[in-house]
Amino acid sequence: MTSATDAPENPLPFRSRSRRAASGGAIGWLRANLFSSIPSSAISLLLIFLLAKACVSFVQWGYWNAIWTVPGNQTSACRAIRGLGACWAVIPEKYRFILFGTYPFDQQWRPALAILTFIALFFLSSRHSWWRRELVLVWVAALVVIGLLMWGGIFGLPYVSQDRWGGLPVTLILATFGLAFGFPLGIVVALGRRSKLPAIRSLCVLYVELIRGVPLISLLFMASVMFPLFMPDGVNIDKLLRAQIAFVLYAGAYLAEVMRGGLQAVPRGQHEAADALGLSYWRKNGLIILPQAIRHVIPPLVNTFLAFFKDTSLVLIIGIFDLLTTAKTAIIDPAWQSFSVEIYLFVGSIYFAFCFAMSRYSRRLEAQGKPT
Amino acid sequence: MTTSTPEPARRKRLPISLSNERLAGLFWQIAVVGIAIAVVTWLWSNAVHNLSVRRISTGFAFLGREAGMPIADAWLSYSPKNTYLRAFIVGIVNTLRVAVIGIVLATVLGTMIGIARLSSNWLLSRLAAVYVEVLRDLPLLLQLLFWYVLMQGLPAARTAWIPIDGVYLSNRGLVLPSIPIEEGNLWVIGMAAVGLMALYALRRRLIARQLLDGQPRPVWPYALVLVVGLPALVSWGLGVSWTITMPELRGFNFVGGLTLTPEYFALLVALVTYTSAFIAEIVRSGIQAVPRGQWDAAMALGLRRSFVLQHIVMPQALRVIIPPMTSQYLNLIKNSSLAVAVGYQDIVSIANTTLNQTGQAIEAIALIMLVFLTISLGISLLMNWYNARVALVER
Repeated sequence: MTSATDAPENPLPFRSRSRRAASGGAIGWLRANLFSSIPSSAISLLLIFLLAKACVSFVQWGYWNAIWTVPGNQTSACRAIRGLGACWAVIPEKYRFILFGTYPFDQQWRPALAILTFIALFFLSSRHSWWRRELVLVWVAALVVIGLLMWGGIFGLPYVSQDRWGGLPVTLILATFGLAFGFPLGIVVALGRRSKLPAIRSLCVLYVELIRGVPLISLLFMASVMFPLFMPDGVNIDKLLRAQIAFVLYAGAYLAEVMRGGLQAVPRGQHEAADALGLSYWRKNGLIILPQAIRHVIPPLVNTFLAFFKDTSLVLIIGIFDLLTTAKTAIIDPAWQSFSVEIYLFVGSIYFAFCFAMSRYSRRLEAQGKPT
Repeated sequence: MTTSTPEPARRKRLPISLSNERLAGLFWQIAVVGIAIAVVTWLWSNAVHNLSVRRISTGFAFLGREAGMPIADAWLSYSPKNTYLRAFIVGIVNTLRVAVIGIVLATVLGTMIGIARLSSNWLLSRLAAVYVEVLRDLPLLLQLLFWYVLMQGLPAARTAWIPIDGVYLSNRGLVLPSIPIEEGNLWVIGMAAVGLMALYALRRRLIARQLLDGQPRPVWPYALVLVVGLPALVSWGLGVSWTITMPELRGFNFVGGLTLTPEYFALLVALVTYTSAFIAEIVRSGIQAVPRGQWDAAMALGLRRSFVLQHIVMPQALRVIIPPMTSQYLNLIKNSSLAVAVGYQDIVSIANTTLNQTGQAIEAIALIMLVFLTISLGISLLMNWYNARVALVER
């Protein structure tokens, strides 16, 4: 997809007339941008009316009529105003469960720290000055630290098994490990798809097209139902790990397509020059081609990662406790059953915070042009 | 070709290095294919062993057995006494029902929002931008669950919300007035479709003739005859009834009319709004990709804005729009499988139930994959054909 910038100086005929007239303070701005013609004024008035109405009813529901705390588990006050006002009391009651699932309560600082490690890792990876080979080591180190924090078992941390994990860390783990392992896989498959060897090329095409042709849910079903069938007796792989493997395979296929675009953008002369130097296939790709290709595809990579982050929510269907599943489970509690809208708004704002940051970031990269 | 290398030396070196490269290539291919075959064989032998331990017979014989699963929202006649094959077909129809209508509505809504983003009205373009940003940055499954919860929170059928007379929105879903479709109606609709196709062919011929002599030939008389006249004649001849039945509230539910169940409606709304946000971005960047000079030149000729948009800008924008649009359509179809989360029985949901009832995991998932690969391939072919039609013809 082409760039998604919303630069204000777009040379667009729709806006050109208004821009010329845009002078002379607030009134001038209003005339130019909201009331430039009769149809435009009508639209503006209608939108202002609808927006005001929506705002008033939302503020009424979410603030004026809302209940912020309830004594104990007594939700009768909340039920009385159902439909008229929000019951935000459900959030402080349930947020620990939504964020961390059934992780032992007194140990929940560990997943919290893991979340912070993830955020630090994303932040570091987004810095232009950090795009070096050492970043790979940073990723390995961060992922190891996260594993240690979540599992424990050493340094005096009690061991917590995977089926107690839940909430935001699981969402982040599925997305990030999927990317971390799917990326090398995607590179190999993308190289294979451009290979001159027909057998390797067709294997790679088969893999990519099969995975991209079917919905993610069917892959997750495969991981949860079919995978145990394909394993020899006695081999029992944890459900989370199986879903993680499905995510890696899924990510590999999509990232291979992104990488293929990057490889195609590297000029032919680079290949020829590397060949002329007598570099082997792997040295040519590792030293010359891939570093250039990866830089080309950083914005689409961020977009693909954003899509994975959203797609991890699908594990709800196979019963893994990610952020969305814990939210849905939190409102099974009979006392809080009818306040799902509040919970979904809360969880939605967490997803939105991560996704919005990523989409802003990729847009900024695209606006800067191809990073060199 | 002149070369300073002596002939014999070249002959000696070249074949050896060539065969080295060839040998290496052959070796790699044999190794990779060998590993792939070994892994698949190993997995398969495990599966055969495990299935025999669990006494599950492989093969598609189970399709002929009685399904015994209820399907609440089926367009084809179906009862739990029917076979699994019938259940699968009902599931495929349910998937197509939500996907096709979803694609049409998402395209319309997405195009409108994409154009709104380019509006000179600041408020309109900002609101469109917010819509796109919010919907793109939330997981579809979350949105789907949210819509479904809102649907369930609607008033009961007795106190249904009635925006227009005959349209009821309640926790029973959306009920609309409808026309009962019988065989005669299908004939008339088929006639109109044939008429449309004939009109399309005719219009191309008329335009071709206009290009020869410059005489504009109106299309509308033919349109009147082919699309309105002939179907009306058939309808009159067969005595087809086109009376609209209004839904009525009887007891706790509605009778008559067309009911969209809350599951279907929530899924449709979620898919349409989510996909329309992506389509809006595609449409916007497609229109922006048309160079400004095209507008200026057309305006300088004194053409109307609507004419410029329709005949000069859109044909050029479509070339940019169609390839990413195809992948959005494919995404919508794949995303329709989220139906299983709200209990709308699409193909994935029915395959999942089958899998739980019979244990035929491999067959059920193979069927899902087959259906989706077929649909994806069909859409790709259709869109590639359309893309080839609008592509730039270099003279």
